[in-house]
Amino acid sequence: MKQVIRLAHGNGGKLTQELIRNVFFPCFNNSFLAPLSDSAVFKLNGTEVAFTTDSYVIKPIFFPGGDIGKLSVSGTVNDLAVMGAKPLFISCSLIIEEGLPLSTLKKIIWSIQETAIKSGVKVITGDTKVVEKGSGDSIFINTAGIGVVSSEIKLGFDRIEVGDRIIISGTIGDHSIAVLSQREELGFGESVSSDCAPLYELVEKLKPYWKDIKFMRDPTRGGIAGILNEIVQGRNFGIELWEREIPLKEETMAICELLGIDPLYLANEGKIIFFVNEKNANEIVEVLRNHPLGEKANVVGEVVAGPPGKVYLETIIGTKRVLDMLVEDQLPRIC
Amino acid sequence: MKYVFEFRNQNLTRAIARKISQVAEKIGREVRLMEVCGTHAMAILKFGIKELLPPNVKLVSGPGCPVCVTPDEYIDLACTYARDGFLVATFGDMMRVPGSNTSLIREKSKGRKIKVVYSPMDALELARSLPMERVVFLGIGFETTAPGVAASISAAEEMGIKNFMVLCGHKLIPPAMRVLVEDPRVRIDGFLCPGHVSAIIGSRPYEFLVKNYGIPCVVAGFEPVDILQSINLLLSQISSKKIKVENEYTRVVTPDGNLKAKQLMEKVFNISDSQWRGIGVIKDSGLIISDKYSLWDIQARFPVKVSSSPEDRGCRCGEVLQGLIEPEDCALFGDPCNPYNPFGPCMVSTEGACNIHYRFGHKEDKIEAGN
Repeated sequence: MKQVIRLAHGNGGKLTQELIRNVFFPCFNNSFLAPLSDSAVFKLNGTEVAFTTDSYVIKPIFFPGGDIGKLSVSGTVNDLAVMGAKPLFISCSLIIEEGLPLSTLKKIIWSIQETAIKSGVKVITGDTKVVEKGSGDSIFINTAGIGVVSSEIKLGFDRIEVGDRIIISGTIGDHSIAVLSQREELGFGESVSSDCAPLYELVEKLKPYWKDIKFMRDPTRGGIAGILNEIVQGRNFGIELWEREIPLKEETMAICELLGIDPLYLANEGKIIFFVNEKNANEIVEVLRNHPLGEKANVVGEVVAGPPGKVYLETIIGTKRVLDMLVEDQLPRIC
Repeated sequence: MKYVFEFRNQNLTRAIARKISQVAEKIGREVRLMEVCGTHAMAILKFGIKELLPPNVKLVSGPGCPVCVTPDEYIDLACTYARDGFLVATFGDMMRVPGSNTSLIREKSKGRKIKVVYSPMDALELARSLPMERVVFLGIGFETTAPGVAASISAAEEMGIKNFMVLCGHKLIPPAMRVLVEDPRVRIDGFLCPGHVSAIIGSRPYEFLVKNYGIPCVVAGFEPVDILQSINLLLSQISSKKIKVENEYTRVVTPDGNLKAKQLMEKVFNISDSQWRGIGVIKDSGLIISDKYSLWDIQARFPVKVSSSPEDRGCRCGEVLQGLIEPEDCALFGDPCNPYNPFGPCMVSTEGACNIHYRFGHKEDKIEAGN
């Protein structure tokens, strides 16, 4: 059968990984392309620079807690933040479907500017394309971002060791559930707001602990289960995740239960997963909890010797099972 | 969250697990308990419940995944209607289920009108809003989904919507349980009866299993405490030799079930024999649309014939559905058959035993976890 691109190729799960490994990586192959990083890092006149890009196709474009504009800035600056880079500048390219009300566009653009100010970045270049009605879906946005990596922070898989603790900066799954609730056929109303937010502030607040942070990721598509699986694949360590410790809003949980969705696979747009020294894990959690973006931060797991390359979940009743990557899309177009 | 957290309490689950071990030790021999429902199968693996059971208590999955027991012929019919220009509305799970040589998702990629809906009422609304289309809803599932489909047909009659029809493939659970206990290859010492189905039909319909076959039955909920307590009740029945139908899921299930739903089903459907994938024709195990509602029965209004000859894919879903083998015993399991590349329906549906085993615990992992 002829192979075609399916929605699941874009969900950050196994098929996305396959696409990167089999199509993109062999073609673009160069030393800056790290398949598992959110940004490329390179030296420019002695300064370490992080560079990233992301496209936003979320539907609906306005949702509780945010809109496509806020998301397109947050998502990109967060990809820089988790590389330990202070975001400085972003670009903004729009693909607009003919017929979009100008007032809607203005609302989105102001939202971009408001989020840029909050993130400490400036939008310094951009592009606009308009496609015929039916060739797009109201508006798609691409942003690219550039930031400077601090010399005080050293992140990398090679620093992760058995015994390290895994911290999540707050409740999981809220973004996906907020977006899903807006889809007309379900009608859950606005019970859950998206966590969509720029996060560099949170990283900066941890400055005294930068030496203890070994790795960071923002668990967007694929959720924390997807990200942890990506991290552990092919490594000589395993991960144990403690279901009981994972922060989850009651409203989010209720909707997940109703729909049979697992929040561990849901996208977040305002959360960071940290791998940190065991010794300072609790202090780091305390610092995070003192910031509004990290109020519900918690230690949710640890790096273990084995089985290597696998993520295990200690379930809420204390049993253990393998936690695999997402197979099929739970929800398309959530970012 | 009320009615959830209490039923996921670790101390309680441990306490019940200890009780189970004691009773199981008293029984001594191997005890095989079948969970008929796909949602039970999923909860058991998702919560790692097998880890809490003593080695002589075996949980076996049954035929309780509606998509999995739907035969090739039904898929072929649905695809034929799609090719003939009907707008096919279906639950998402059906899209990738293989028919004889095609599937709905393949037909969709060829441009046929196929739409995923969340309920039969959505399909009815689709028909109402698109009067030029002939909408056919794929009515599959057990006693849980049948009342909703009956309601949509009844509503179509009241609203005078005639471009809405149902391809009726509904099946009934108790007759399938009878076939399983009569099959000497399937050794079952007790049933975890399906909670959702029982919410509709009540707990009484399982009484024949006790009376005629001496098989213990417990209607079970879906949380860890529910499942463990139901296993405990089944083992206690076996140990004390006091066999009966018990209802663990009293917060949802009553002896007589949901009377309104049952009346709706009786009004719209008649009982008939039905073909189950992997098992064959089971007497009185299916629902057909009664003559009074034939206007909404696509097979009555637009009869077509398909000649289904399932390819031999080497898939052992039929045996998995009867609890004869574990998914891992199939040579295709994992490689080449997995959720990205399913050979049979049990790997397609999220309630299918193969899919659940693939997602929540591959065999080699279970061995490693035991280290």
